[in-house]
Amino acid sequence: MNGARVEFRGLRRRFGNTVALDGLDLTAEPGELLALLGPSGCGKTTALRCLAGFEHPDEGEILVDGSDITRVPANRRDAGMVFQSYSLFPNLNVKDNVAFGLRVRKAPTARRHARAQELLELVGLPSIGERYPHQLSGGQQQRVALARALALEPRVLLLDEPLSALDAKVRVNLREEIRRLQLSLGITTIFVTHDQEEALSVADRVAVLRAGRLEQVADPATLYDRPATPFVAEFVGTMNHLPGRVSGDKVTVLGQELPVEGPVPDSADVNVLIRPEAVLLTPDEDGDGKVLVSSFRGSTARLRVQLPDGSEALADVPGHHSVRLAPGTAVRVALVERPVLVSVASSGEHGR
Amino acid sequence: MANAPLSKNRSKSWLAAVPLLAFVALVFGVPLVVILGGTFTRGGAVSTANVTESVQGAYLTALLGSVKLSALVAVVGAVLGTFLAQAVVTSRFRALREAVLTASGVLSNFGGVPLAFAWIATLGNSGVITTSLGFDARGWSLYNFWGLALVYLYFSIPLMVLVVVPALDGLRPQWREAAQNNGASAWQFWRYVGIPVLTPTLLGGVVLLFGGSFAAYATAQAMVGSAVPLVTLQIANALSGNVLIGHENVALALSLDMIVVAGLVMAVYLPLQRRSARWLR
Repeated sequence: MNGARVEFRGLRRRFGNTVALDGLDLTAEPGELLALLGPSGCGKTTALRCLAGFEHPDEGEILVDGSDITRVPANRRDAGMVFQSYSLFPNLNVKDNVAFGLRVRKAPTARRHARAQELLELVGLPSIGERYPHQLSGGQQQRVALARALALEPRVLLLDEPLSALDAKVRVNLREEIRRLQLSLGITTIFVTHDQEEALSVADRVAVLRAGRLEQVADPATLYDRPATPFVAEFVGTMNHLPGRVSGDKVTVLGQELPVEGPVPDSADVNVLIRPEAVLLTPDEDGDGKVLVSSFRGSTARLRVQLPDGSEALADVPGHHSVRLAPGTAVRVALVERPVLVSVASSGEHGR
Repeated sequence: MANAPLSKNRSKSWLAAVPLLAFVALVFGVPLVVILGGTFTRGGAVSTANVTESVQGAYLTALLGSVKLSALVAVVGAVLGTFLAQAVVTSRFRALREAVLTASGVLSNFGGVPLAFAWIATLGNSGVITTSLGFDARGWSLYNFWGLALVYLYFSIPLMVLVVVPALDGLRPQWREAAQNNGASAWQFWRYVGIPVLTPTLLGGVVLLFGGSFAAYATAQAMVGSAVPLVTLQIANALSGNVLIGHENVALALSLDMIVVAGLVMAVYLPLQRRSARWLR
């Protein structure tokens, strides 16, 4: 299979008074796994459904390898899709579900069955061909749905929150499976999810959407380390909001002066967005901070710390440091020297 | 030991079904015994003469007439009811759905003499529509096989709507979209997925409609009398002795014939239903 280049150009879609897509411009490069991430109603599923042909944009174009497919009917698009759940045909057994597209194209029975078996082996379910969907677990159903989506060797694979109905362990296993398959097949894949961990762990690039518009598209590390906007910073990962004061292109926070990255609000009083791992704690009897709560997470521990001004912040420390940073320990609090994002100050917002 | 109370409960749980079993024995068992006893008795002696007579001449014509009318109403009612239900289910107008379902609930229970009167007053020889649109001049008559079929469809189509709407609601949009995504046209979706999923319900609906028409009596009696040969009308005639005296046991034989026909319908229906619903097991 060869991956295709997918482009959304100025896509707009309204549902009554609700704007689902507000001029979305986004490109998925051939063979990459692009995650669409955002809160409910941000337009990520609408974008995917426009690409699949189940929704039609009011304005804009969708191009696959340069060809405009905006008005091509859904059943003539070269895209396989895995839905959120319950999309296997209940009256067909697994083999017939996988081979459905070939049956529609009137492929000979022997070829259909051979192809179905090949795909079932690919998704790790070689011996369940005769079972019906209701006899499968949720994870098995989604693997079969994946096999069905790949049966016609589509140029684009669309995944619409395919893991959201599964329990945590199955979800992690299956997302790794999807990534392995996607890499081995080299198929361009667009993966819609509201789960940031899922997006960051499997995608080559992540596109964060908000109110139908693209906030930022970047590889996971850049998205996490260098969020382009306060919204992305807050949506991806955990962020502390610490009170600070802007002066020029610097902001003073917890007595430290840090360079400001991105837009600076008009107001001098701001919230400074700091990742928990950028909060440095040192046990110090004379320190003016205090550890309130400690949550051990194995390799790391997340601490809730009271700051000198009475506010609180989250700090991530190596797991083995958690013993000497037990609740009640007095600490000195410092911040990693690096550019920070700031947003308009609002009362009562701290660690999240 | 821990299971003992549970087993004890289970062993007595059938007692809860006693009222139902008693009711079934009373309303089905007793009549069946009476029918069987009367059917095979003539002149105080055991005989098959009643059965033989019940499948000959006018009685056979009536039996076949009932089967034909019921089959026609069942098939046409199922098809039209399913189309109407699909139109309602896919409609964007919620109020239309509610209105059709409410009307179906009422009309599916509309029967007997009131139903006959409604049609006679509307499309009978002197009915409002018949006279106002001049149907009478064109030889229109409601009092024949097709007229009766029309009247039976009046309650059968709404009944089918009520039966099939929940099944249509159960067709997940994802199935249609997944089919489209695999290159299927609308027809291919219905052929390979939609209709097979609905088949158990559709078959059940056809049997229900067949049974409703096959057993109907009062509407036909009020509308067509003996103009259309139907087994229920023949049973009434034989029981009342209006036509021939001493044929009460032929009426019982005709009732047995009806049970046999219903049994044959079920004999066809059950394997089909099992086959069409094998994916549910």
